[in-house]
Amino acid sequence: MGNIFLIMFAAILTENFIFSRFLGICPFLGVSNKPSTAFGMGMAVTFVMTVSSAATWAVYHLILEPLHLEYLKTIAFILVIATLVQFIEMFLRKYVPALYGALGIYLPLITTNCAVLGSALLNIQKGYGFGESVVFGFSSALGFTMAILVFAGVRQRIEIANPPRAFRGFPILLIAASLAAMAFAGFSGMSFN
Amino acid sequence: MKNPLLKQMKEGIVTNNPTFVQLLGMCPTLATTTSVINALGMGVAVIAVLTFSNLFISLVRKIIPKEIRIASYIVIISGFVTAVELIIKAFFPAIDASLGIFIPLIVVNCIILARAEAFASKNGPLMSVIDGISTGIGFTLALSLIAFVRELLGTGKVFAASDGTGGVTVLGGWYSPATIFLLPAGAFLTLGFILAAVRKIGDKAEERNHRKEVLAHIDEAFAPADVPELTAEEVENDG
Repeated sequence: MGNIFLIMFAAILTENFIFSRFLGICPFLGVSNKPSTAFGMGMAVTFVMTVSSAATWAVYHLILEPLHLEYLKTIAFILVIATLVQFIEMFLRKYVPALYGALGIYLPLITTNCAVLGSALLNIQKGYGFGESVVFGFSSALGFTMAILVFAGVRQRIEIANPPRAFRGFPILLIAASLAAMAFAGFSGMSFN
Repeated sequence: MKNPLLKQMKEGIVTNNPTFVQLLGMCPTLATTTSVINALGMGVAVIAVLTFSNLFISLVRKIIPKEIRIASYIVIISGFVTAVELIIKAFFPAIDASLGIFIPLIVVNCIILARAEAFASKNGPLMSVIDGISTGIGFTLALSLIAFVRELLGTGKVFAASDGTGGVTVLGGWYSPATIFLLPAGAFLTLGFILAAVRKIGDKAEERNHRKEVLAHIDEAFAPADVPELTAEEVENDG
């Protein structure tokens, strides 16, 4: 149980996907212009990442490992994730239309979100068991959601600010992200080992 | 710049630079630029994947049904990424250790899918290869520039090996390295400032071109009209 807690804490704060691992930067900069869209994207990523952590763990340990095809994991994982996203989209559209309405437009973008494939690969690299993998996927996605939500708030302030011409748009966003990353670096001093 | 090949090269490296102009592939740009060697390793891996995937996709572009093209591209790309990953693991274990999961993550690098969709699926093999190489070089140069700044300010050295040994000491003992540039915060900061600088230079160049155009227009408007000289005969008749 203690181990699970450690994994969650590390994935959300000390090794935040956005601010310390640089996974999922594209959606982070792309859909963080409003807190509501940021929240929608965060929820969609959380959903897909939790399910895909379980699915990729199963594919790796039940199919690839017994057949000694570990080197195919990149291809296998991206196919699993793409299929899964497609499947989730169809399922939600049919059975949970309300949730589909909220998350629908973000789902196709998630296939090429490196956070999802990244968490699948990290699970294997760290040698996590099934439960740990699911917890890692879920809490990493929570960390992602938190980062993107916090940043959406920051971004609304930037919109009304007046930076020099060359810094308008992307550059000033990156500098704001740098300050946020500095704040998150403070967590890295907290170690439980 | 008459030659279409050269034009395509310039397009990929400068005018349409994947990192500085199109802002694609930000994750590896931020994550692998802690040292110039890492950035070069990442860049060369991307050049290899991009060139071969562009070539292959261009060759099979007429066979792939339109509806499943994206899925097919991803499978083709991940095949080449796996090949590159195995080669790096076998021959450059140090690079493999420092780049970690960012080598397999080339699969979801938007640059490669973007070039496949926007270029290789519409153009012949030769042009697609040129496009792949030049976009890859543009990416590598951008990464190296960012890494150069970060490594220089973060350690005072450049071109150090992945394990921190070797390298050329540029800033001597008087400089106390600012470790923040090696941390994630420094990555965002450096990229932000470099993007602003690139934009400033781009704006200046545009302004200069615009001024030249306006001046040319003015010159044209005020140029003396091209009146043909009167021949002696005409002068006589006139008189």
